[in-house]
Amino acid sequence: MSVELMSKIFSQYWPMFLRGAAATLMISLTATILGCLIGLLIGVVRTTPTPERGAKRGILRALNGIFSVYIEFFRGTPMIVQAMFIYFGITGATGINMSAYTAGLITLALNAGAYISEIFRGGIQSVSPGQMEAARSLGLSHSMSMVRVVLPQAIRMMIPALINQYIITLKDTSIISVIGVRELTQSGKLIIASNFRSAEIWFTVGFMYYVTVYILSKIGRLIERRMSYVQSKNK
Amino acid sequence: MYKVKINNLIKSFGTGNVLNGIDMSVKEREVVCIIGPSGSGKSTLLRCINALEVATSGTIIVDDYEITDPKVDINRVRRNIGMVFQQFNLFPHMTALKNITLAPRALKILNKEEAEERAFSLLKRVGLESKAHSYPHMLSGGQQQRVAIARALAMNPDVMLFDEPTSALDPEMVGEVLSVMESLADEGMTMILVSHEMGFAREAADRVIFLDEGVIVEENEANELFANPQNERTKNFLNMIL
Repeated sequence: MSVELMSKIFSQYWPMFLRGAAATLMISLTATILGCLIGLLIGVVRTTPTPERGAKRGILRALNGIFSVYIEFFRGTPMIVQAMFIYFGITGATGINMSAYTAGLITLALNAGAYISEIFRGGIQSVSPGQMEAARSLGLSHSMSMVRVVLPQAIRMMIPALINQYIITLKDTSIISVIGVRELTQSGKLIIASNFRSAEIWFTVGFMYYVTVYILSKIGRLIERRMSYVQSKNK
Repeated sequence: MYKVKINNLIKSFGTGNVLNGIDMSVKEREVVCIIGPSGSGKSTLLRCINALEVATSGTIIVDDYEITDPKVDINRVRRNIGMVFQQFNLFPHMTALKNITLAPRALKILNKEEAEERAFSLLKRVGLESKAHSYPHMLSGGQQQRVAIARALAMNPDVMLFDEPTSALDPEMVGEVLSVMESLADEGMTMILVSHEMGFAREAADRVIFLDEGVIVEENEANELFANPQNERTKNFLNMIL
């Protein structure tokens, strides 16, 4: 593993590395955004108090049941199994044709969604109940109070956890290389297949992950500090 | 004409009854003060009136709306019932002005100009015109509570509920909040408050209700109740706080 060799490899294969890194960033970002939408939906539904009677009670309880099975399943099984199940299992069983890219994206989004649901739930619950009560006492509906009063405060507190989840998803993207998605790890594998330089290639791949995560966590830290400043001022 | 009429209200949490058969009524323009030891159920009673707590049984009627009817549009009814909380509960991510204009605008009762015009006149009424663009954290406790009163008034309620509005305040700020409440009472607002401010009860309240262990033990005109309590429990309680 010499510097010369490394620079030679990089100059030869850099378009593949960069394409891989770009794919990793794109997939993880899309998956996190989709995961946030799932998390928002589930977090809001799970924090809605169940009415004592009526049809809404049944619907809410059924939804909560489905959501907890979903969260339990995705948090309790390895992602590699989830990816295999979605790509090979579902396509095989239903005949639906799905590209590896789509299957990988769905896996990551559902996985991130399960964790982000809990972040949303925690965030919403960390807002003082008095806020919801004050909004309701003015005649605002539960959903209106959620959107105007509770969520703006909850999301502010959730930002560090969401950035952390994005970093986890970014690293987890390497797992979907097992179903053949051409992200950074898969690009590394393909380059090794053509030149057999394992050490140099894996080092480069690792380094590229590290740099990306480092930059993201710095940005995260920056936002976190800004937020805690705003928070302490708002206390 | 009754503004609020409560019949045999029972509220239980789990095993015990917090409210054990409350009958009371409040007339238009009347100011009623509920007093009682902690845990007597006075805050729960107040919170049942705008359904922040759901009554276990009994009926509550406010403005001809039966709050305890499961089919009632509670959001509609709550517009007529303003509430002021012990902990102010101002929205920390909004300025004083936005706190006040939120409900009338979100519920499409007023447009932006009208809502702001009303907010400014309410802020003027509570003496805080200059704080319209301040966030809650920039205001003192007394100022926050005055903004909270203005926020509740923005919906033009015809009943106001006050849940220990001065208990979380530093002593020097109690006066400014009470004087706002007094002027509201003078203008004829129907008010129900839970408070330990005996001075205020004496000055502004038409009637004082003494609540203990979930039942109304005694009620009377304020001076009369303080000077001539009839029940032993009322006497003991008044001895402790006066």
